[in-house]
Amino acid sequence: MSITVPLAAPPSREPTTVAHPIRKPKKNWRGWLFVWPFAVVFLFAFMAPLLYAVWLSLFQNRLVGGNSFVGLDNYVTAFQDPAFWDGFGRVFLFLLVEVPVMLLLALAAALAIDSARLYATGLFRVVVFLPYAVPAVVAVLMWGFLYSDNFGLTASINDWLGSDVLQPFAPSWVTVSIGNIVTWEYVGYNMVIFYSALKTIPTELYEAAELDGANSWQVIRAIKLPAARGAIVIATIFSIIGSFQLFNEPNVLKPLANNVITSHFTPNMYAYNLSFAGQQYNYSATVAIIMGVITAAIAYVVQIRGTRQEDR
Amino acid sequence: MAINRRIHPAARRGISVTRPRKSVAMTLLAALFLVYALVPIAWLVINSTKTQPDLFSTFGFSFGHSFALWDNVVATFTYDDGIFVRWLGNTLLYVGLGAGGATLLATLAGYGLAKFRFPGRSAYFAVVLGAVAVPGTALAVPTFLLFSQLGMTNTPWAIIVPSLISPFGLYLIWVYTVDSVPTELLEAARLDGAGELRTFFTISIRLLAPGIVTVALFAIVATWNNYFLPLIMLSDPDWYPLTVGLNQWSEQAAGVGAEPIFNLVVTGSLITIVPIVAIFLFLQRFWQSGLSAGSVKQ
Repeated sequence: MSITVPLAAPPSREPTTVAHPIRKPKKNWRGWLFVWPFAVVFLFAFMAPLLYAVWLSLFQNRLVGGNSFVGLDNYVTAFQDPAFWDGFGRVFLFLLVEVPVMLLLALAAALAIDSARLYATGLFRVVVFLPYAVPAVVAVLMWGFLYSDNFGLTASINDWLGSDVLQPFAPSWVTVSIGNIVTWEYVGYNMVIFYSALKTIPTELYEAAELDGANSWQVIRAIKLPAARGAIVIATIFSIIGSFQLFNEPNVLKPLANNVITSHFTPNMYAYNLSFAGQQYNYSATVAIIMGVITAAIAYVVQIRGTRQEDR
Repeated sequence: MAINRRIHPAARRGISVTRPRKSVAMTLLAALFLVYALVPIAWLVINSTKTQPDLFSTFGFSFGHSFALWDNVVATFTYDDGIFVRWLGNTLLYVGLGAGGATLLATLAGYGLAKFRFPGRSAYFAVVLGAVAVPGTALAVPTFLLFSQLGMTNTPWAIIVPSLISPFGLYLIWVYTVDSVPTELLEAARLDGAGELRTFFTISIRLLAPGIVTVALFAIVATWNNYFLPLIMLSDPDWYPLTVGLNQWSEQAAGVGAEPIFNLVVTGSLITIVPIVAIFLFLQRFWQSGLSAGSVKQ
């Protein structure tokens, strides 16, 4: 399940590729001098656990008979497991709602900075980015306090309105509350990614557009958005991966919303609780692998679609 | 501005697509964004100055009856025989070795892939970039199981070793190397008889500095903020980093019949974010240029 979702492969400027096929330098092992340390750690801390997970998922530890090979039984069980699908449905919905909202906000902010029409642009850029540096645990603790009935912002707003409109920990709202925390954490990060892409547009393009009498919206549509497309694809892929492995936020929020956030609230929490509360290591590995494959498949589709549009 | 004088009336006023008039309306909209980003942080700063009774009884965005920031800081560092200091030290250890090592390995490998053609190079690249798509937490539980077979769990190595892998850092350094280290320079050094490693550490590393700083910064944030991995790997609180420790305090504070230490959770959270925010602000010139170099090729 090592999956290829290549970021755009960096251009190779070696003379070998097209220009001077004759001067092709002979391959030698000198490069390994630089790449072996990464490779060793990668094999040990990445490939080995990956293969071990696949191996584990093919076994079951029964009270009678001990550890035995069961083929794909664990996968069959997982596909019929309502607890797994409950968590999966939740992160999928989360992905469909939170990710577009966050990325659109980030794109709007990046375009605003890039338009050079804001006062204090530098301050804006840095402050909106700041939450990215805040650990998820601290972010959730802060928002958890703000959400709480005791000393929170929610309590004050409800008092002021004289009603109980805001219920951040109610079953129907808790996913939105988590979405807000995730948006808060990552909107600035995505903004910086988009802004970096926008900054690389050559000034001549803008000057040409201006001579053609293009207005700001036309410049955004015809120049800026196409230039940011690669960055948008990358940010979307990272956000998909992030959503599917949602764990920190619900897990830290759990003590505050105990009966609402279940042990299978997200697939990742499910895998964690299967291992550490239930000792069902084989089944836990199976859930992790299924989520890995689904994530990579969706990321791959986004990558393909994004690239195809680029070629148009 | 003078150059455009003949072309367009708007340009005569120095207004153009590249140098437009500032907009108050847009700035106000942006200010809303700013407030959103700052509200929780402001809450944290204000409430770290409150005593525990004030925390419960006063409005979240006004100061309490007494200014207890210093008392809270002292209490945070001394509670439970100074366990917080231990957690801070652990975090520094994991960041130093984990992020430092990740930066070194990513730099060497990214540079090697960019400047050398060696047997297995394409396979190397494909496998490492494929790794970007595998969710880190999907690997965490299997990594725990493997490490526990090897007796590595509940030791610092269980946190440090997985932190050493940064495929994104490798990719960024690769792109950066292609852009900023001329192959002719390396060939000249080779003709002078310098070894490859010597050339790297005396010449190339300087040209790569902004890229290295960017990779280091993101590795530092990732390890400083790491929560999931230490949560599953460690059972002994003496090895906890700040994130896991703070969450343990928070659960303890919310627990029934336990000693409420909300003021310590709040102040500890503030102390946790101050260094990392400071690093980001201090190095922003570097990471902003490093990132835009990386995004040219996206």
